Amino acid sequence: MTLALVHSTAQPIAKVRGAPLHELPPDLYIPPEALEVFLETFEGPLDLLLYLIRKADVDILDIPMARLTEQYLAYVETMRSRNLELAAEYLVMAAMLMEIKSRMLLPRPKAADDGELDPRAELVRRLLEYERMKLAAQKLDRLPQRDRDFQAVEVWIEQSLVTRLPNVNAADLENAWRSLLARARLRRHHRVTRDELSVREHMAIILRQLASGEFREFAELFDPWRGVSVLVVTFLALLELAREGLIDVTQAEPYAPIYVKQRAAGAETPASETS
Amino acid sequence: MLSPAEAKVVLETALLATREPLAIADLRKLFDQEIGGDTIRRLLEELREDWTGRGVELVNLASGWRFQTRAEYQRYLDRIDPEKAPRYSRAVLETLAIIAYRQPVTRGDIEEIRGVTVSPGIVHALEARGWIDVVGHRETPGRPALYATTKVFLDDLGLRSLQELPPLEEIAKSLELATPAPEPSEQRADAGGGETAPAVVASAA
Repeated sequence: MTLALVHSTAQPIAKVRGAPLHELPPDLYIPPEALEVFLETFEGPLDLLLYLIRKADVDILDIPMARLTEQYLAYVETMRSRNLELAAEYLVMAAMLMEIKSRMLLPRPKAADDGELDPRAELVRRLLEYERMKLAAQKLDRLPQRDRDFQAVEVWIEQSLVTRLPNVNAADLENAWRSLLARARLRRHHRVTRDELSVREHMAIILRQLASGEFREFAELFDPWRGVSVLVVTFLALLELAREGLIDVTQAEPYAPIYVKQRAAGAETPASETS
Repeated sequence: MLSPAEAKVVLETALLATREPLAIADLRKLFDQEIGGDTIRRLLEELREDWTGRGVELVNLASGWRFQTRAEYQRYLDRIDPEKAPRYSRAVLETLAIIAYRQPVTRGDIEEIRGVTVSPGIVHALEARGWIDVVGHRETPGRPALYATTKVFLDDLGLRSLQELPPLEEIAKSLELATPAPEPSEQRADAGGGETAPAVVASAA
C-alpha cells in the first residue's frame, strides 16, 4: 500500500481509457519491480484473462465483462508504458473484450432473444479450451519422461563393438602392390618434364582453360595422368591465382563440388573465397 | 524346442540388449516363430514379475516391451551425469498437449487454442525429439500440415496408447449452461404441462 502511495505522488502508473490510474487496483497489486518478470510469464492474452478470472474467483460462465475488460486493459496499458514487447494478440483480445462488453450493454429485442447467443459464449469456449490444454500440459510434464526421469536399459554387447572388416589374404596384398609398382613406372615416364614445371606456367594454362568465363569443376583442371608433381604444381597455381584475385573458387557447401571461374574484368575485390 | 525357462532367458537377453522397445512380432523371430504370441506374452509377464524390486523394470509400451530404469532411482543416476535434461518451456508443453489431445491439428488450430502465434522453433523442437510428425495436409487454402503424436512420444512417456494420457480436467462440464440454445431434454422438463413457451435462458450481467 505504501508503495502505491509513493506512486500516486509521482506519475500515473497507467492510463485506462484515457483516465490516469494512480493506484493499481488492490486485487491485482504487484510490486513494480516484479511486474516485468510477471507479465512475461503469460503465454498470451487467454492466459492473462484466465489469470484475472481465476484470481477474482468469479464463475467463468458468468464473467463480469466490465470489470474484466477494465483490468485487462490496465495490464495491457502497463505493458505498453513499460515498453515491454506487446504482441499484437493482446490488442486483438482487447478489441474483442470491448466488443463483447458493448454488445452486452445493448438492449436485446425480445424476439431475437431466443436464438441469439450470449456474446460471451465464444470467449468462454476459448477460455475453457485453453485452460483445459494448459492443465493437460502440466499433467503431461508430470509424467515420467525418458532421459529425464528414467532411462532405457541397454547392456554392453560385444557385437556392437566389433566392426566387421573385410577379409584380406596375401594374394590380394601382392596384387595391390604390383599394380602400385606398375602405376609408379608409368608416372616415372613423365617425370622428364618436371624441371620445366613452373607455377606461373600452369597459372597461364589454367587461365586459358577458364577463358570462356564459365565455371569449371575443380577436378577437371587437373590431369592425374601426368603424375603427382604436375598435380602439385597445378594446385599451387590455382592457389596463386586465387590469391592474386584472378579466379573465383566457390563451393556451395562442405563436400560439394568446388567450382572455379575466371574473375570478370573490373571486379577487383579481395579474394575472400580463398581459404 | 526350448523349455519355457530357457525361452524366458532368451527373451530377457534380447530385451536387455536393445534400447528400443521390442514388439511381440520381433520377439517371435528369436524362436523362428516356433513360440506363439500368447506364450511370449505370458513369459514376458513372468519376466516382469521376476524383476520387481530391482532398479530396472520391464514395461509394456506403445511399440513393445522394454527394460528401463525405475524413475525413483533417477536422482542417483543424475549424480553420475550431472548434466540435467532440459525442461521444455510452457509454450512447447502446451503445444504438445494440444497435438496430443486434439490430433491431428494444424498450426492454425494450435494458435486458435493458445491465442498466440506458434513459432516454428516450438514445432521443430517436438519434431526433432521424434514426438510429433506430419500425418497429412488439410485441404484448405495453403494445405497446412496436420500434426499428430508418434509412438516414440508414447514410449518416452511410458504409455501404451493415447487412451492412457491423463484425462482432461472436467472444467467443461458446465459449459452447456453457457450456450443458451436449450437442450431438448431441458425443454421437456421445463415444459412440464405440455406448454411450449420457450424458456428465456440468457441473462445479461
